[in-house]
Amino acid sequence: MSIRIIIPIILLALLALVPFATPGLQVLLTLALAKGIAVMGITVLLRSGQVSFGHALYFAIAAYGGAFTLMLLPGADLVVVLLLGIIAAALSGVIVGLFVTRYRFIFFAMLNLAFSMIFWSILEKFYHYTGGADGMRLPRPTVLWMELERGAYELVMFYLALVLALGLGWFSMRWLESPSGQLFRTLKTNETRLQYLGMSPQRVMLTGYVLSAFLCGVGGIIMGLVQGVVTPEYAFWVRSGEMVFIAVLGGAGSVPGALVGAAIYEIVRTYASAFAGDIWQMVLGIFLLVIILFAPGGIAGIYNGLMDRAAGKKEEGE
Amino acid sequence: MNLTLFLLALFDGIAYAALVFIVAVGLTLIFGVMRILNVAHGSLYAMGAYLTASLTTFIVSAGLPPIFAFPCMLVSAVLIGAVIGGPLEWLLLRRIYHKPEVLQLLVTFAIFMILEDVQRLVWGTQPIFQSTALQLLGNVRVFSVNYTVYQLILLPIVAVVLLLGLRFFLRRTVAGKVILATTEDREAAQAIGIDADKVFLLTFIVGAGLAGLGGALASPTTSILPGIGADMIVLSFAVVATAGLGQIEGAALTALMIGLGRSFAVYVWPETQVLVPYVIMVAVLLVRPEGLFGSPSARKI
Amino acid sequence: MKKLLMATATCALMPLAALAQDKPETLKVGVTAFLTGPASVFGVPAKDAAEIMAEDINANGGIQGVPLELTFIDEGAGAEVLTTEYRRMVENGADAMLASISSGNCKTIAPLAEDLKVINIMWDCGTQKIFEAEKYNYVFRSQAHAGTEMLATVAYLLKVAPDFKTIAVVNQDYAWGRDSWDIFSAALKALRPDVEVVGEFFPKFGSPDFSTEISRLQALQPDIILSTSWGGDLDTFVQQASQRGLTNTSTFVLPLAESSLERLGSSLPSGHIIGARGDHYWNHPERRDDADFQAFMAKFEAKTSAKAIYPVFHMSQGLAALQAAYDKAAEANSGNWPTEDQVIAAFEGLEFQGLGRPVSLRSDHQGIEAQLLGMSVQGGDLPFATLENIMIFDGAELTAPVGEESVAWVSSLKPGWVDTLTVDIYEN
Repeated sequence: MSIRIIIPIILLALLALVPFATPGLQVLLTLALAKGIAVMGITVLLRSGQVSFGHALYFAIAAYGGAFTLMLLPGADLVVVLLLGIIAAALSGVIVGLFVTRYRFIFFAMLNLAFSMIFWSILEKFYHYTGGADGMRLPRPTVLWMELERGAYELVMFYLALVLALGLGWFSMRWLESPSGQLFRTLKTNETRLQYLGMSPQRVMLTGYVLSAFLCGVGGIIMGLVQGVVTPEYAFWVRSGEMVFIAVLGGAGSVPGALVGAAIYEIVRTYASAFAGDIWQMVLGIFLLVIILFAPGGIAGIYNGLMDRAAGKKEEGE
Repeated sequence: MNLTLFLLALFDGIAYAALVFIVAVGLTLIFGVMRILNVAHGSLYAMGAYLTASLTTFIVSAGLPPIFAFPCMLVSAVLIGAVIGGPLEWLLLRRIYHKPEVLQLLVTFAIFMILEDVQRLVWGTQPIFQSTALQLLGNVRVFSVNYTVYQLILLPIVAVVLLLGLRFFLRRTVAGKVILATTEDREAAQAIGIDADKVFLLTFIVGAGLAGLGGALASPTTSILPGIGADMIVLSFAVVATAGLGQIEGAALTALMIGLGRSFAVYVWPETQVLVPYVIMVAVLLVRPEGLFGSPSARKI
Repeated sequence: MKKLLMATATCALMPLAALAQDKPETLKVGVTAFLTGPASVFGVPAKDAAEIMAEDINANGGIQGVPLELTFIDEGAGAEVLTTEYRRMVENGADAMLASISSGNCKTIAPLAEDLKVINIMWDCGTQKIFEAEKYNYVFRSQAHAGTEMLATVAYLLKVAPDFKTIAVVNQDYAWGRDSWDIFSAALKALRPDVEVVGEFFPKFGSPDFSTEISRLQALQPDIILSTSWGGDLDTFVQQASQRGLTNTSTFVLPLAESSLERLGSSLPSGHIIGARGDHYWNHPERRDDADFQAFMAKFEAKTSAKAIYPVFHMSQGLAALQAAYDKAAEANSGNWPTEDQVIAAFEGLEFQGLGRPVSLRSDHQGIEAQLLGMSVQGGDLPFATLENIMIFDGAELTAPVGEESVAWVSSLKPGWVDTLTVDIYEN
């Protein structure tokens, strides 16, 4: 087994031990995993060459879906809340997708932005139903119909996020290699060829778009359930920007990179805000600039570079 | 709605549209030439406003006549374009033109984040209000409603002059024609010997200067405080996409639509005011997928 | 020199500390406030004030001999960073938390504090809904809520302008702007059912331009214009309105304008109603002659070169509540350092005083805080408006009783209720 594969396995094992080794990091990493799953959605889209500046929409729809489920069906179980939230996100993905998949590049990015901002305004306007800027609470649901204390619940959410991140990450990578994923990636390299093959680029785009909406939804509902509250800020353009930011940080197009990127982003942001006080934005901005200028392949690029070098050295030694 | 109210809404809409156009046209120009959606545009706008307010306050406290508030705006715009815009392009953006568009955009996003904190470190968190220029021009009374001359008359005039001036610059001067050629087809322009580096630097300085000018002109009418840049960016983005890539006439028309839409919304159905720019954008792109004045790009096979 | 004195004081206290075994080295308190973003107009002065106050408390031997150690969390960094930092601080042994400025953050943090079993004092947020919806053991509020504040505003308005006929509202479009109008309009409907609401505008939060609303208001010519906006939004609105003469034709009611007086300078003319979210005013008529008040104001002005505004007062109340609870609990524990449960028990019915009148806590942990309103007046020695015709209302009479919902309670008031209120009037 090569070192390239061993390191991620060691990292994963360490991650699984976090709740026992460093419980202080557990919630932070749960949030990072939730964001990471959402960022995987952006990563999938990036493989078709498109950037969305409005995918926070699905993040928010899932979380609000969960909040409404808990409000209308008090005592709903975690499984029900998760499913309904994710279904809401995926369905909206189909509806919005039917419209926006006709567009490319800036128009695609801006239309997604417009839809997320319209949803954001609606959340703020209909404050009698959505709680306005204060948002809605997601009281702790039962887990498989068992009442859990905060500690146990957070532990469950951590492992749930971890399992979902791995499962969905694996699925996304497999999908991108599948025939329908390959067609999707053709959108980036040569869309016209797709048309000559008799395919509808719009339909090809739609499958990927719905997958990305679904992934963002999974991230959103986990985030909402862990935070216990969802606010319109979930749908704001800055959050969409943040997702793209993390996707690039992790390595544009790399699914595992999305997860690692999210973890690093969350840690840098938290510590920057704890130790740099009111200049955390500047710290984050400089961090981003350094990554783009000196390591445009993101974390995944750095990692592969290091591994190639290590492999090269080994070969030389042999 | 009677005629008076209709006219009042019209005036408000035009005044607002003028400001939106002045800010968005710089972004449109940069986008048209460089294909970079400059998120830092919002920061340049905010810094233009802060700088003008500081300069005006300095002039007033130095006992100079308040009329100098107007030259202060131009000085700020030029400073923002040359001192901040120029180095940004030269030191940062120039390194990333060969990289994917997402990365270019994220560089400007990073610059935006850094500049947001720079503003706070320089100008603090308390809102600043410096309306010397606005007060100097006084009010005009229309249908028993007071308007400021500054907003009702001066801003629209500046917007129109800017539109005509830019048209003249782009169509009638060599530098402008070179910029326009690069907008139309970058590769062809380079093939006939246009120095793209110079064009990009010039465009970015002009675009950044226009952002600064927008901020400078907005400064007497509003409180300047952290976060004003972020709000302007989203609005300008909507204008750029609706207008069609790099179309300044499109930007003018879009700004007018947004301005009028917004003011009529306040009169008829205030709750929908925030939605106006997005609804206009979605509606326009539904009918014209390349934007108002955009043309379908050639397909590469 | 100061350090030397502190060191000496610490040394002198050492033997005492050794006797009481449980006494921690420092009392760790986390404070959340906006240090970035538009609401930093409140957060930054509050942080400055907290630092001065902590210094003062520690110079006087700390809380029961234990020095106070404040750590600040930026609310402007977003809800995730806020809750993550909050947890981290509590898990690292913070003894109490003061959170927060934003009502939304209070709603997020109240259940979190309950889960984490940490004392949380809600020191500044305005929403009335937290204790109306749920019962908390660990969460207390050292100030009034929107219900009390809005009702005081209505009462003042009815006392000084009993005959107005029409009103329009221009509030920020977020929870505070909506909630405050819900309460205000419910009260108005109950107390003056004949008043006509001619316009309701909710421009978006952080709006740079109110020109259209102002044109509309000039055409409508309402007697009264209410705006519960604050910070940059309020400044912009008042400046644009005064520039275009709207302030001459309508009376403005601005329940949060105390925090903008200095920035507005000469733009805010005389004769408009100014509120302060409690009895908070740098020239508080009942407190301005007290030595502690004067000493603090001098220090605050020296540090920030600005007058103290209401978040400063709220911060003083938050810290005073904490100190009073520890003192009371220690006394009940025959002078020994109290356990957390003893401190929580001490909060029950606690009375404490910050820079304003004394505040008391009810059985639902809601603070009862007096309310001060006044009329703006220009032309004093200062380059900005001050207050005249100041009224200080008793908070208890303006707050919905325990277990009742504010909007419903306010709606049940009868015309003439205003005349039953206890009020102290000061000329300036």
